[in-house]
Amino acid sequence: MQMAISLGFHIVFAEIGIGMPLMMVIAEWRWLRTGDVAFLELAKRWAKGTAILFAIGAVSGTVLSFELGLLWPGFMRLAGPLIGIPFSLEGAAFFLEAIFLGIYLYGWNRVAPRAHLIAGVIVAASGATSAVFVVMVNAWMNTPTGYELAADGRLVNIDPVAAMGSPAMVQQGLHMVLAAYAATGIAVAGLHAWMLLRGSPPKLHVRALTIALLVGGTAAVLQPLSGDFSARVVGETQPVKLAALEGQWATQASAPLRIGGWPDERREVTRWALEIPYGLSLLAYHDPHAVVKGLSAVPRADRPPVAVVHLAFQVMVALGSAMALVALVAGWLAWRRHDLTAHRPLLWVLAAITPFGFLATEAGWIVTEVGRQPWVVQGVMRTADAVTPMPGLEIPMAITTLLYLGLGTIVIMLMSTIVRDTRSDT
Amino acid sequence: MMAALAGIGLPEIVAIAMVVALNAYVVTGGADFGGGVWDLLARGPRRDDQRRLIADTIGPIWEANHVWLILVLVILFTAFPSAFATLSIVLHIPLSLMLLGIVLRGSSFVFRAYGARDDATQRRWGLVFSTASVVTPLLLGTIVGAVASGAVGQADGLLARASAQSPATVPSFASVYVTPWLAPLPLAMGVLALTMFAYLAAVYLAAAARYEALRNDFRRRAIAAALALFVVAFGVLAVSRFHAPRMTDALMYGPALVLQVAIGVAALAALASLYARRWRLARVTAAAQVSLILWGWVVVQYPYVIPPSLTLRDAAAPRITLQLLLGALVAGGAVLVPSLVYLFRTFAAAGRDGTAASDRAPT
Repeated sequence: MQMAISLGFHIVFAEIGIGMPLMMVIAEWRWLRTGDVAFLELAKRWAKGTAILFAIGAVSGTVLSFELGLLWPGFMRLAGPLIGIPFSLEGAAFFLEAIFLGIYLYGWNRVAPRAHLIAGVIVAASGATSAVFVVMVNAWMNTPTGYELAADGRLVNIDPVAAMGSPAMVQQGLHMVLAAYAATGIAVAGLHAWMLLRGSPPKLHVRALTIALLVGGTAAVLQPLSGDFSARVVGETQPVKLAALEGQWATQASAPLRIGGWPDERREVTRWALEIPYGLSLLAYHDPHAVVKGLSAVPRADRPPVAVVHLAFQVMVALGSAMALVALVAGWLAWRRHDLTAHRPLLWVLAAITPFGFLATEAGWIVTEVGRQPWVVQGVMRTADAVTPMPGLEIPMAITTLLYLGLGTIVIMLMSTIVRDTRSDT
Repeated sequence: MMAALAGIGLPEIVAIAMVVALNAYVVTGGADFGGGVWDLLARGPRRDDQRRLIADTIGPIWEANHVWLILVLVILFTAFPSAFATLSIVLHIPLSLMLLGIVLRGSSFVFRAYGARDDATQRRWGLVFSTASVVTPLLLGTIVGAVASGAVGQADGLLARASAQSPATVPSFASVYVTPWLAPLPLAMGVLALTMFAYLAAVYLAAAARYEALRNDFRRRAIAAALALFVVAFGVLAVSRFHAPRMTDALMYGPALVLQVAIGVAALAALASLYARRWRLARVTAAAQVSLILWGWVVVQYPYVIPPSLTLRDAAAPRITLQLLLGALVAGGAVLVPSLVYLFRTFAAAGRDGTAASDRAPT
């Protein structure tokens, strides 16, 4: 649980650490190409926000790497040699990101413009790379490979390289990086749309909105495709998780797709769902008659909390679809040569969906983590066996939660003063 | 000495890489914490200038410096997973507190840099920043001390015996999770770490100061910290005679003795160069002095990761992991070292040309 809260907190800042540098760099590149000072101004303002959020991401990431041991020593003892390699590569990528972010943030007057831009590019690239490495570890927990299970439960004959390329790796990595760009881009677009609606001078915000929509919108439109890919991999490798996502209790051919509904764990049925015939078989296996394995195929002790997983999945899909839809509409309007920034209804919608990407990420994260329970490593180690023997874990958990709530509040307050600042003096 | 060298294999090489990373953390990240200590102790007519110098000096580099610690951790859990598991079980409390310190230090630093400019806000975050900068090194030293004293290994032994036998032999909470680190030697090492970091920071700040009076402020502090370090180091030796005789014996023999002499030489050289105002030399010698103290601990503890029973080789991950890890470290190093040099080069000029104040964090 504490792991869940810490990760849930960190993931937002990590996404921003991936998404913001890309937009910053695009803005700066536009400035260098066009000489339009508003782009430079924009890059500097975005950099300021990035500085705060990156620092929080860095410290919360440190907390996480310690917590792996503090909370799950059993897991690390088992899997450390196998998953340590992607973690060390992630460490290197993160190191690079930190170094060049330092140069980017403090080096405006210290290095040549081109070198400064390159520093920004390195920040953006290493941010995305480090996300992929971290997701490798998570993918391995979902679809472990590269070892043999010895009789005493230890992993022998390990192959860390094979473990990095576990079956879930490609789809999870793709889904995560797209999520980062979509969530950050849409959120930034939303904030700037809000500023425009509030009547701040448009010069800066128009440019900001364009870049943010380009990054966030493209990613948001691509994301459902990567989601479809994910669903198929999950169907193949973690059928129990898929069944929980969809509230599928019985093993059946031509399974329907359920939208909404409440899975009743005692009676083993999902009520009040809108069922689309053949939908699930079609989506998961691209065959309307495919057999979908149900939850009742595994003992109760091996099932995740179905209601939570199903609900989180619905939330993620709904939010993601909304974002993709808005992005498509915006794209269509731009195609028809409408001035997006003067299109008030669109601005209102953009402002309204500001937090959707982050909420969808949290929901998606619940789907993949809670959906794997009771396992910490699918089929190999149960979460209960990974946890530290120290009693009284409620106390550190309460402290962590309070700390993160406090930090989150302060960050939001700070960001809002920065955003307001943007309004007053442009 | 030769016998020890002959025994060097893959686990030892990885362990050396880990200590090198820890060493880098101590002389860079450690000094950033030391900066926080001097922020807390800022006094006199140039109080605000002292604080500004500290913030300017650590601002662009502290995040990169901080990653060394993550690197140490990653090497530890990849290459020596059972040592990592033991540490994190027995030292759960001080490690969690240290994390709290790390989080508060980092976040309050950015909150101060980017927050409201009014005095009350600045003071509030400044206080959190400097307090966390004092507490975190204390805990870091305490954790090292708990390992070095053998108490962590003994507590782990208690746990293992309890799970092997009947549940009736369950050791008390305090004996496993508290007393290994809440003891004289670990706490003394905590004070040692704090003094070392403050000393390093004072030397670096004296070298970076932009005008003579400010420079003298930190020169005085550096000399005082150097003397304090002498006293504390001897204090730790005295405490260890009573509480970890094995460690004391190891300190008085062979390679450790050579290192002790080297530490003494570096310490005197650092003091002399501070006295002679040879700033660059002072930085190098002070960093060398602190590094040698760290290596002293490593030599004394070898071949154990967690004395008195878990050796490097017992704790080591399978060969393939160590090889890949070493490969990753070399490849990473090839990219990171030039990048780091570039970072420090870019900002090293800050102290000399006097432009730092104008182009610090855009506010």
